[in-house]
Amino acid sequence: MKRVEITDKAAEVVRQLKAKHGELIFHQSGGCCDGSAPMIFEKGEMYLDDSDVHLGNVEGVDFYMHQDQFEYWKHTHLTVDVTEGRGASFSLEIPLGLRFLIHSRLLTEEESLFFNSK
Amino acid sequence: MSYSKPKFKERYSNFINGEFVPPVGGEYFENTSPVDGTLIAKYPRSQKEDVENAVAAANAAKEAWGNTSATERATLLNKVADIIEENLEEFAVVETCDNGKPIRETLNADVPLSVDHWRYFAACIRSEEGSATELDQHTLSMNIKEPLGVIGQIIPWNFPLLMLSWKLPPALATGNCVVLKPAEQTPSSATLLMEKIADVFPPGVLNIVHGFGPEAGKPLASSPNVDKVAFTGETTTGQLIMQYASKNLNPVTMELGGKSPNVFFNSVMDADDAYLDKAIEGAVLFAFNQGEVCTCPSRILVQEDIYDAFMARVIERTEAIVQTSPYDINSMVGAQASNDQYEKIQSYFKIGREEGAKVLTGGEANKLDGELANGYYIKPTILEGHNKMRVFQEEIFGPVVCVTKFKDEAEAIAIANDTLYGLGAGVWTRDAHQLYRIPRAIKAGRVWVNCYHAYPAHAPFGGYKKSGFGRENHLMMMSHYRQTKNMLISYDKNKLGFF
Repeated sequence: MKRVEITDKAAEVVRQLKAKHGELIFHQSGGCCDGSAPMIFEKGEMYLDDSDVHLGNVEGVDFYMHQDQFEYWKHTHLTVDVTEGRGASFSLEIPLGLRFLIHSRLLTEEESLFFNSK
Repeated sequence: MSYSKPKFKERYSNFINGEFVPPVGGEYFENTSPVDGTLIAKYPRSQKEDVENAVAAANAAKEAWGNTSATERATLLNKVADIIEENLEEFAVVETCDNGKPIRETLNADVPLSVDHWRYFAACIRSEEGSATELDQHTLSMNIKEPLGVIGQIIPWNFPLLMLSWKLPPALATGNCVVLKPAEQTPSSATLLMEKIADVFPPGVLNIVHGFGPEAGKPLASSPNVDKVAFTGETTTGQLIMQYASKNLNPVTMELGGKSPNVFFNSVMDADDAYLDKAIEGAVLFAFNQGEVCTCPSRILVQEDIYDAFMARVIERTEAIVQTSPYDINSMVGAQASNDQYEKIQSYFKIGREEGAKVLTGGEANKLDGELANGYYIKPTILEGHNKMRVFQEEIFGPVVCVTKFKDEAEAIAIANDTLYGLGAGVWTRDAHQLYRIPRAIKAGRVWVNCYHAYPAHAPFGGYKKSGFGRENHLMMMSHYRQTKNMLISYDKNKLGFF
């Protein structure tokens, strides 16, 4: 069972970025402007510690979110997708004229038991 | 009255060392208008080398500029203000074209407010004094404010000219040189400004570099030759910029958004008068600038005994919003700034519905006709639910508000503060006790009391909690761009006697 998944289209972009940049991570942003969107960086670029929750791995890329934000998100399932767009952050897909985005749905009862009773 | 899309050149350059220079790598990106999806112009896709050239120019200029008199600096800031004011309409139309916001707002808010910020800091630097204290009869402590040197500024796309005008004047007034990167969604008004003021400042004092975040933003934010970085944006980039600053041991200021509560106590409906009318407008201000405001009042909290009556009025007023061509002076809500924002907002409608939020009005994209069919329009939307829903907790950055009710003061404060952020808040009441006590209890840097969305240059603005730190506007802003030189002077001719 997975908390976070990825669409084929987004997975293709991830593969493209991996070929160029090597190992990557996703970090879900919050806040202004380009916030509330997942960002992709080279592994090691962003300082991560126990305050970052590891939600899963999509297309070989670990997906993290800050624990404070996770508290408000933990009842939802996430799917990483990609669309045409232009972000102002440091996320690596931006020069391609693309932006990752998140589609969310509620966890099913079964998923909720599995993830949130751990 | 209606305006039309302004004319642009085919492509533009960076502004470095007083000149317009093409990007070293020769690459450009296409900037389109969210109004109708058409091409505006090509802008430099700058890389590290371009940023380094700009930072070097700023460093070369900083000594002389830092020693320029306050009189001279203020005069130049005032000159910029005059030039923007003389070309107000031109700036307004360019801003509407690039960002998608209605011309009514750019003419009456973005551009005039920008002018005022330049003038305000010109006045501040002239009227400021340092301090001197006689610590004892032989010892004088003198505090002299010195510029930091070179400032890197990264600004967002929601108020392109205004955010530039929040950040540049205090840095320049205090004797710093600046390298500024506009957001790649909205590079046009910064470029127009450079064309108009190219000769105002000595070369290198003010530099503008265009490009994408990972290619141009990161080298600026992490440059060891920059003395401070000021950023407006979101939390993940905020953390990265602080990481880079920690390597350089540089100060930073961060403005990272919010999920601002707008709280309406029952006394607002004690009479059906001008004040109630103002309060209803205050609730509908969530749609101002398409909701693309860090302080968007995106959570409405209404006391339960007036909830139905008050919300009926708010819905009625929201449904009266005119959404047409942003160039039309009657348009009240324009286009979202980009396709990814447009899609993100719609993904929130979906999860909001799944979580059980009830759509009171809107809740979908607004497909406009003709030339506007390719623009990014969203219907002003009111969602009803509870504060634990994700739509109540995340910055949607669209014309979307979430509404819930509260019983009493304690519950209002608890809901207002149940958020990761603390940038803005609104409190509406006719009760004199509440209008002091409630704002004090809300953990936010700006609490509007019986008003909302006013941004005078003279009032400090900034966040609590995950909304960032440091302040913008107000003369206190100047302290964020300076360090204190303390001269400790002895007038005693006698030695200490230790050696």
